[in-house]
Formats: sequence, structure tokens, C-alpha cells
Amino acid sequence: MLHYIYADQLDNFPKLKRTMFLDRSDQFKTRLNWDVNVDENGEERDEYDALNPLYVIWEKPDGSHGGSMRLLPTTGPCMVNDHFLNLTDGVRIESPLIWECTRFCLARDAEPRTAAALMLAGGEVMTGFGVEHYVGVFDARMVRIYRLIGSSPEVLGSEGKGREQISVGLWSFTEEARAKVAERAGLDPAQSRAWFEAAFGSDAGAALVEFAQSA
Amino acid sequence: MGMTQKRETLLEELESAQGLEALQGAIEELREHFSVDHMVYHWVSSSGEQYGCGTYSPIWVQRYLDRNYIRVDPVIIGCYQRFHPVDWKRLDWSSKAAREFQKEAIDHGIGNQGFSIPIRGPNGQFALFSVSHHCDDDTWATFTDANRRDLILIAHEFNQKALELEPGRTPDQQRALSPREVDAMTLIAMGYSRAQVAETLSISEHTLRVYIESARFKLGALNTTHAVAQAMSRGLIVVSNG
Repeated sequence: MLHYIYADQLDNFPKLKRTMFLDRSDQFKTRLNWDVNVDENGEERDEYDALNPLYVIWEKPDGSHGGSMRLLPTTGPCMVNDHFLNLTDGVRIESPLIWECTRFCLARDAEPRTAAALMLAGGEVMTGFGVEHYVGVFDARMVRIYRLIGSSPEVLGSEGKGREQISVGLWSFTEEARAKVAERAGLDPAQSRAWFEAAFGSDAGAALVEFAQSA
Repeated sequence: MGMTQKRETLLEELESAQGLEALQGAIEELREHFSVDHMVYHWVSSSGEQYGCGTYSPIWVQRYLDRNYIRVDPVIIGCYQRFHPVDWKRLDWSSKAAREFQKEAIDHGIGNQGFSIPIRGPNGQFALFSVSHHCDDDTWATFTDANRRDLILIAHEFNQKALELEPGRTPDQQRALSPREVDAMTLIAMGYSRAQVAETLSISEHTLRVYIESARFKLGALNTTHAVAQAMSRGLIVVSNG
């Protein structure tokens, strides 16, 4: 299932938390050989994990992490504006309508549909919170994965060649793209919506109105 | 005056505010324009200093402070350290203290509906912008659907302004457009189509859209046309007809 968890809520999900940071180490350090910090427990974290980001996490049936991504508003500190201005012609991409999506990670044994499920979740966040675009940093190997799940970013700028190429990209979801992603994820959009509402509260509570009437 | 035009005018007034008192005037006008019961902006700086403006009655504000409701208020609890906008119905009102607080708030005319936008600014700064009203759920859903985008933009403009007025801050830290944004806005102002601007700057139209959006945010504008007008009136871009 899909979870939406702010960093300060991660302790409520100890297994998901541990396996997410372990899988991030496995992906970014072991497989991609990025220059990232891995702590003594084998978990990968950077300074943005300390800023209470919102994680979108796919939980496997055994309760462990299958894939995840990390969201931050571009109006505060974020990776593209702090470290990759050279890829955006010096433009600080700042807007409440654009969020940053980084550390897109898939567990080694993730089901094939995991990436699409995360993209679907990205669409829920857009619809639910009025976000119009995501901006993110990714390397050449992710390009193929994004294309496979039908959610290729628009590249704003790149640096380096071949496998080493690092890019800043932009995602904008249309309703058609969402339907396609839902299909690839093998998820009923209503189920996806229900997970989102479970995380952020449903609109069903009419308690306030009752109070108003009784007041 | 059309609705969008009116909002643009109100935002321009807010943008030109010279002191924190002017923010109070701006929020009163905005509340009236949106025809809601209340509108409130509350800001906590990285060093813990607080500032607020809004339309709650002084009696309720005093009561809130006296009872230290900041520790009970589900809006504060549910929005602190968050950055997604939220309808008050989605917050956790289940505790007895929260329900009593809610009843009292309603008695003080806060309304039975609310929508809050938490804002995360630079250096640990946090702010909250809320609108509240008394009406049924459907009416409120219609209102928030129609106004969510503008309310988010207005909330952030309040925050930009408050940051700008923060003591010790140099004005140039905010609002400056990068050379690329200046190029894009200049060409748009000259009447080029987006396709032409993108081609002239050798960027994709998507990239152009992002540059325009980030310029719009920095200019405190509601849309591209408004952003161009703001950039021109502030002399950030110069368009000659020669």
C-alpha cells in the first residue's frame, strides 16, 4: 500500500523507516555509487531528511519498504536551489505550486509496479494540495525507468555525459497520464485516493457543522 | 472591476506595504473581497519571534492567548512542521479539549469551516495563513475549490512581505529576478508567444513555464500578465517600442 509520512511521523512506522533508509543506501551508494553519507547502521540520509520532508512510500506485503520518494516545498531549502542552480541557468525555482521530488528509490526486489504506484501517489498530492509541478534531480539511469512507467520528466538542464549525466527535470501530470500510471501500477484510482485520505484525513467529518447547529 | 483585477490590485497594495501595520489593512480588505468571516496570517521566525495579523475579534485573540490555546488548537497542531494546505474538517478534533475549543471558537464567530495554508520559508521560518467561515460543507467545498490556488498564492505573498519587513533583512535578498527570468519576462512583455520566447532563449516551453512561474512568485503576482505588469512597474524589465 501507499503511505504519506512526514519525517516526524516515521517513528510510528519503524520497519518502513529502517528499510527505506537501508534501501536508499543500497540504491544510491551501492548501485549508483553516488557520493552519499551512510551511517553506522547502513542507512543513507542527507541534510534534507532533517527538514521534515514528506515521504511517499510503497509498503510491500511483508511490511517493508518497496520504494519511496521525498517531497519538499521549493519555497524553503531544497536540493535544486541549494546545489543545482548551474543546471537551471541560475534560476531559483521557487513557487508554492512547485514542489521538489528527490531520492526516488526502489528496493532491489520491488515489484515491477512500484515505480508507477509512486507516480500515482505523486498525482494524488498534486490534486489534493494544488501542486502543479514537481522539480527534481536525477541521473541518466533513471531516465529509462521514468520512460517505462510513462512519466518522463521534461529536462530543464543537464551536466555530464553518459551514465554520469545529472539532470534537473520537471514533471507535470495530466489526467491521461494519471490513468496510464494507475493502469501500470495495477491500482484502482479509488483505492489510491482512499490511501491518500487515510494519511491526511477524510473530508467526511461533519462534526464542525453539528457543533455550529447546536451552538 | 473584475474579480481577478480586484485581487491583483489588492496584492499590489500588499506588495507595496511599507510596514507590518499595512499588512493588517491588507488582510482586512482581502477578507472583505473573499466574503469570508475571517482571514488570519501568523508567523513564527527562526528565532521564535511571532507576528500576526487578521480579523478575529480582540476578545477571542485575548482569550486564545490567556488560555494558551496554541497547545490545543488542532489547526496549529495539524499544520506545524507541515507544508500541505488543509481543510479544517480533515484535522483531528476528536479530543475533548479540541471539541471544547472548537465550540468556543464557533461561539466567538470564527465559523464552522476553515482552510489553512502552512508556509515553510527560509531558515526555519514558519507561517500559517487561514480563512474561516460559517456555511454548510457543500458551500465551503465550492469556495475552496474555486479559490484554493489564489489563496495559496496570497498566503505566500503575505509571507514574502513579512520576511521582507523582518528587521535586519536587506531588501535585495527578495524579489530579484535572475537574468534568465528577466529575459523571459521581457520577451513576454514584448508580445512574443510562449513558443517564440522559448525558441529565442533556446529552452523548451516547459522550462519557460517554470521560469515564468518562479518569476511570478518573486513578483507576488497572480498570473503571467500580472507578473509582467509588476516587473515593468518596478523597472525590473524595460520594454521599448523603438
